[in-house]
This record gives sequence, C-alpha cells and structure tokens, in this order.
Amino acid sequence: MKKRQKRLLLVAGGLAGLAVVTGLVLNAFRDNLVFFYTPSDIAAEIVPMERTFRIGGLVEDGSVYRGEDGVTVHFRVTDTAVAVPVVYHGILPNLFREGQGVVAVGSLQDGGVFKANQVMARHDETYMPPEAAEAIKRAQREGARTVAHPEGY
Amino acid sequence: MIAEIGLFALILALLLAVAQGTLPLVGAARGDVALMAVGRSAAYGQLLFLGIAYAMLTYAFVTDDFSIAYVANHSNSLLPIQYKFSGVWGGHEGSLLLWVLILGFWSAAVATFSRSLPREVLARVLGVMGLIAIGFIGFTVFTSSPFERLLPAAMEGRDLNPMLQDPGLIIHPPMLYMGYVGFSVAFAFAIAALIGGRLDAAWARWSRPWTAVAWAFLTVGIGLGSWWAYYVLGWGGWWFWDPVENASFMPWLMGTALLHSLAVTEKRGSFKNWTVMLAILTFSLVLLAAFLVRSGVLTSVHAFAVDPERGVYLLAFMGIVVASSLTLFAWRAGKVGLGGSFGLVSRESALLTNNVLLAVSGAAVLLGTLYPLFLDAFGLGKISVGPPYFEAVFLPLMLPLLLLLGFGPRLRWKQDSPTEQLWRLRWIFAASFVFGMIWPLFVGTWSFMAGIGAFLGLWIAGSALKDLVERIRPRPESQQSIGTRVRRLGRSYVGMQSAHLGVALVVVGITFVLGYDDERDVRMVVGETVEVGGYGFRLEALEEVQGPNFTADQATVVVYKNGERMTTLTPQMRQYFSQEQPMAQTSLHRGIFRDLYVNMGEELPGNAWVMRVYYKPYMNWVWAGVILMGLGGFLSASDRRYRVRVRREEELPVDRADQDPATVTG
Repeated sequence: MKKRQKRLLLVAGGLAGLAVVTGLVLNAFRDNLVFFYTPSDIAAEIVPMERTFRIGGLVEDGSVYRGEDGVTVHFRVTDTAVAVPVVYHGILPNLFREGQGVVAVGSLQDGGVFKANQVMARHDETYMPPEAAEAIKRAQREGARTVAHPEGY
Repeated sequence: MIAEIGLFALILALLLAVAQGTLPLVGAARGDVALMAVGRSAAYGQLLFLGIAYAMLTYAFVTDDFSIAYVANHSNSLLPIQYKFSGVWGGHEGSLLLWVLILGFWSAAVATFSRSLPREVLARVLGVMGLIAIGFIGFTVFTSSPFERLLPAAMEGRDLNPMLQDPGLIIHPPMLYMGYVGFSVAFAFAIAALIGGRLDAAWARWSRPWTAVAWAFLTVGIGLGSWWAYYVLGWGGWWFWDPVENASFMPWLMGTALLHSLAVTEKRGSFKNWTVMLAILTFSLVLLAAFLVRSGVLTSVHAFAVDPERGVYLLAFMGIVVASSLTLFAWRAGKVGLGGSFGLVSRESALLTNNVLLAVSGAAVLLGTLYPLFLDAFGLGKISVGPPYFEAVFLPLMLPLLLLLGFGPRLRWKQDSPTEQLWRLRWIFAASFVFGMIWPLFVGTWSFMAGIGAFLGLWIAGSALKDLVERIRPRPESQQSIGTRVRRLGRSYVGMQSAHLGVALVVVGITFVLGYDDERDVRMVVGETVEVGGYGFRLEALEEVQGPNFTADQATVVVYKNGERMTTLTPQMRQYFSQEQPMAQTSLHRGIFRDLYVNMGEELPGNAWVMRVYYKPYMNWVWAGVILMGLGGFLSASDRRYRVRVRREEELPVDRADQDPATVTG
C-alpha cells in the first residue's frame, strides 16, 4: 500500500469507528434516560408502564407499614394532591420519615402500585430532595389554577 | 486574632499571586531577567502565606474557636482530635483553602525542581500558575472565606458531618486535590509552550513527570473516595456513576489520555497539538469538577451549601480559562508543526487508539453528567441518567482498549508487523483465554461476561509479565547479569508495567464483584442465622455502647464457615450527640478473595433489626489495582532521565526502533 492509501484507510477506519461509537452512545443514552414524574402525573395516566422512572413527594402521614418479613415496606408518596402507593424491599434510608420528602426510583406495576428499587431521602438535616419539592410545587400550582379557573372555564 | 491573621495571610498570598501571574509573563515577553526571576520568589512567598492561613484555621479547629463561623459549623469540642485536623477540609471554605494551599505547593515545587528549564519557559509556567492561583485564591477571599466571624460566638460547634468522621476521609480530599491541582502544572506547561511557540520533545519531557505525579495522585484519590463510599455509605456500593464521581472521573480519563499522548510527543515528536489540547481539556474538566461540586448545582454529600454567587464566579473563571486557552491554541497551534510519520501498525497508532477510546469515554460521561443538569437549568424537565447508561457505553469502549493494552506496549515505534507480535503472544493469548473462561467456575456460576473479564485481566498481566521476563532474561550475546538487567529496566518502564498490572487487577476485581456479589436484607433477632455467599452469619447479641461523641446500638455477628467460627463482626448504628441523624457503621472482614460486610439497617418491633449482609468477592483486587496504578505513576515520574540536566533536542534519542523507549535512561 502507498502511504496515501494507508493514511486514507486510517482516517476512514477512525471515522467509521467514531460513527459506531456515537451511535452506541446515543442509543444507550435514549434507552436509559430516567424521567421524573409526580404522583399527579401518575393519576393523570401519562406515565409509561414498565419503564423505570423517578417519583418524588412527601411520605404520607400514617401510610407506612411493614410486611410480615419485616423487610418489605409499603407507604404512599403524596404531592399533597394525589397519593401513590409504593412498595419497597430493603433498608430505608436513615432519614426516611412520615411527612418528609422522598424520591423513589422504580416502575409502575399493574394495579397502580409503584415498585421502588431505590428510595432516597434527604441526606442531611436541612435539606429536602429537590425533586420532592418540585412535585409539591407543581401540585400546588395546579391546585391554585383549579381554584382560579373553576370547571368549565 | 487568629482569624484575622489567617485572612490577612490569604490576602497577601493573593497579592503575590497577582505578581506571579503578571511580572514573569511580561519579563518573558521582553526578555527581562529581573522580572522573570520574580516568579520563583513569588511562588515561595505565596506558599508561605497560604501555609500561615492554613495553620491559623487548623489552630482554630484544635482550640475549638467557635467564634469563627466555619469552625462552629464543622467542629465540636467532643470531636476526636484527628477529625479536628481533617475537619479543616470538611466543608466548602476550608476545603477550598486546602485546594489553594496545594496549588501553592505545586507552584513552589515547579520553582524548585525545574531549575534546569530555560529561564523564559520557567517564567511562563510560573506565570500561568500564578494566573490560576489568582482565580482560586480570589474565589476564596471574595466568596468563601473560612475566617468569617460569628457574632455572638457559638457555645458549641455543630459538629463535623458524621459521614466525614472516618480515616478514609482524612486522606481522600488531600490526595484528590493533589491530583486535580497537579494537572494545572501540565496545563501551565502547555500554555507556556503555546506562548513561547516552542513545543518539542524537550517540552514533553519536562511536562511528563508532573503529569504522571498528578495522575497518580488523582488515581489514588478517586480510589480512596470509592473505598470510603464502600464502607461508609453502607450499601456495599463503591461506584455509583454519581455526577460528583463522574466529575473526578472525567479529568482522570483525559489525564490518562494525556499521559499516553505525552509519551508519543516525547519519544517521536508527534501528536503535539493533540497533547496540548488534552492538557487544556484535562484542566478544563478539573475546573468543571470544581464548578459542579462547589456551585450547588448538584446535591450530594460533596455538594456544599448553595450560593449562586459562587457558582457564577466559578463558571466565569472556567469560561475565561477555557476560552482564552482555546483561543491561544487556535492562534498558535499552527506554528507547532507535525511530528514524524508512522505506520498503520505501530506504537503510535496503538497510543492514538488508546487516546481516541479514552476521549470518547470521557465525552460519553460528560454527556450523561451534564445533559440532566442542562435540562434542569433551563426548566425543561427533570431527568436523570442512571448507571445502566454508563455501563452500556463503557463496557464496549473498554473492551477494545483492554485488548489493545495486552500488546500495545510491545509494539515498536514507527512501524511494526502485526502478525509477528500476535504470533509471539499466541500462547499468552490462548492461555489467558482458557484460564479466563475457567476462572469464574471457582467463584460461582459460570458466565461469559465474567469469563471475558478474567480473560482480559490475565491477558494484560500475562503480556506484561512476558515482556518483563524477556527483558531481564540473560542473553548469550550479553555479559550483563540479571541484577544489572533489572536495574537497567528503568523506573519509567517498571512504572508503566506496574500501572498496567494494576489495570489487570481492577478489571478482574470489578468483573467478579459485579458478577458474584451476594446481598441479603433480612430481619434478624438474637440467635438467628442467615446464609450469604456460603457463610453463616449469626446474630449473637445486641447492646448499647458509648463513643466519644455518640452512643450506638451494636450488633455482635459471628461468622461461620463450614460450621466453624471464623470471625466476629460488630456493626453499629450510631447516634451522634450533635445530629438528629443516626449513622450506620459498617463492620467488614476483608480477605484476598472476598469481603464480608455487615450493616445495621432499622430497628423493628420485638427486639429485631433489619440487617444488611453482603458477600463481596474479589473486592480488594480493585483497591490493590488502584494502589499499583498509583505506584506506577510515581515510579515512572521518578525515572532518572527526568532528573538529569535537560539536554538539547538534537541529542534526544529520536528513533530507537528496536528498543523500548521507556528503558532509555538518561
């Protein structure tokens, strides 16, 4: 092979490789985006089934109870408008409390139960998970709009 | 008084940084020797005053001076003394002070160890370091002074975050910062070369040991962070693809590419522009990491208090550095010239492939880290990109890189025969493939992925060892003894092989710990036994214990193997006096082939606890690999050829095709 041909081959090979990699990266990216939804979104049925996403809100007061095995936990996450039942198997974060902000990652099961495989609470004493705050803010904004513009408006 | 002395020293250091960042550059442009000489003294003076400021803050911690807001927020009179020392960098302001102190240290180190550099080059390097110092010391003084007074003084401090009260944390930030800030030296050398228009093999030779040291520190720093997360966070995880981890991983990936690219520039004079570009990118990613962690855009244990002013300052600083260095690059890079040509199969093209793969991995991590932040910042919705994305992207990119690592270091510069190298390594390749595929059978159920991981580890290690043996084996034509041959290997070569062996260990460790770890979250009462990974964990007792600044529930767990008592683990759930938040303290039994890991979860009614029990095979291989990699970096930086007086370019060994360049000693 001549030098020029070799260089051409090198460049072409490099570009092809780069194209493959870019495709790979973008494909993986699209498949693995984890969207965030609020309990109200779930009630409005705009949430895809069997896809991992995150929900946030407050742990509803009086909603936490444990299964027989002591390790499965049931609770409800509320954005003050709608509450979604959540089931989680495992150890809850130390700062998981009723009435406190929480973010859970998981997917929606048949029957509208959110099966969480990860639960996050605030991790210090002065801080609320931003997504939990966002969910409540959105729900309250929606609520305010409903009051301001009654049905039929 | 202490706080005022500290702040005053910090301001003096800032003024010296201004002097260091301007006068030597002007001197270098005008050929004014006196102005150029300012750089060195200013660097020493800056280190002195930063040292004083740092000592003052440490003194305030040790003497419990709660009239200083930072101390009151991050210490407590009951805090054990070692954590009073490390508490200095337990928050934003203090850790920033450590950062600038380390920057001052690097400046002074350059001033000390680069006496043999041409005067103009040293002046420009120190000048650029001075400009960086202005940015960071200014940031400390104007937005984040750790010496702010608290009026009235607090009676008692709020205590250091319990998560940070750990030996791992004592050394993690200093190591990490040594790495981050160390890349400013490589950056300064690159910028100095662009300004001077002289970018040659000698430049690469000066820059290379600094880059290797910075890289080694960053490697160890990231490893320590991971090690800390592993047993402090209590989920048995050690890498979460968390944005903060990614923030440190991106400069590491680029820095690794830079290290390899510098080798080509030094040995063959090629890739000059690319090397300079990598030095700029690596340091830009360091600044990005500082921005991500310190601006409050992220929330994690690393993210410090939200303050928009700080974020804006850092973003502006990063913008100025990146824009001006890229402009300079565009303006001057054309003058740099191309290096020697090389064939399709050669060490150069192997290193080029290495660079492309590392750069693409870095870009993929950048995309996954920044995209959610962009969407959030512009109010376009909240999304997150989880570990599956990073794993899906990383695995296919690392696979060819690790395969290449097996024979890239054996390729000759300029031109090599692909068939010859493959032929020589055929037995190593075959053996590592066979044993790699068998190995998982000894760990658990066989899987192809585990087999591939074990194969890659064996392949890298096998090829490195073969190379080593070939070099020290006595040859008939040579009279040298084995001892002489070992000595003549050169630290640079030994360092490289050590780092590559480290990679092999990390690959094997990660493969097995991901493939075969076993986890149980289980409710336990006293007397109950749970089986995990072939070990029996029996809860013997639950009791309350007292610590210096906490009380704790402690579980005594006896571990049985084949019915025999093996060890006793004592995890705790600690309640620190100053915190509302309880903290789980993991108990670990480490071993070469597995870690046993027990953690207390929650107390349940009926004197029971939810316990988290892990079996982590080959975990310590990862840490051992990281240590070997770090060691490799330090070793190669200490090679003799970097210490001998710099010779003129003409005398450099430009082409020694049949000899590994790394063994060429000065």
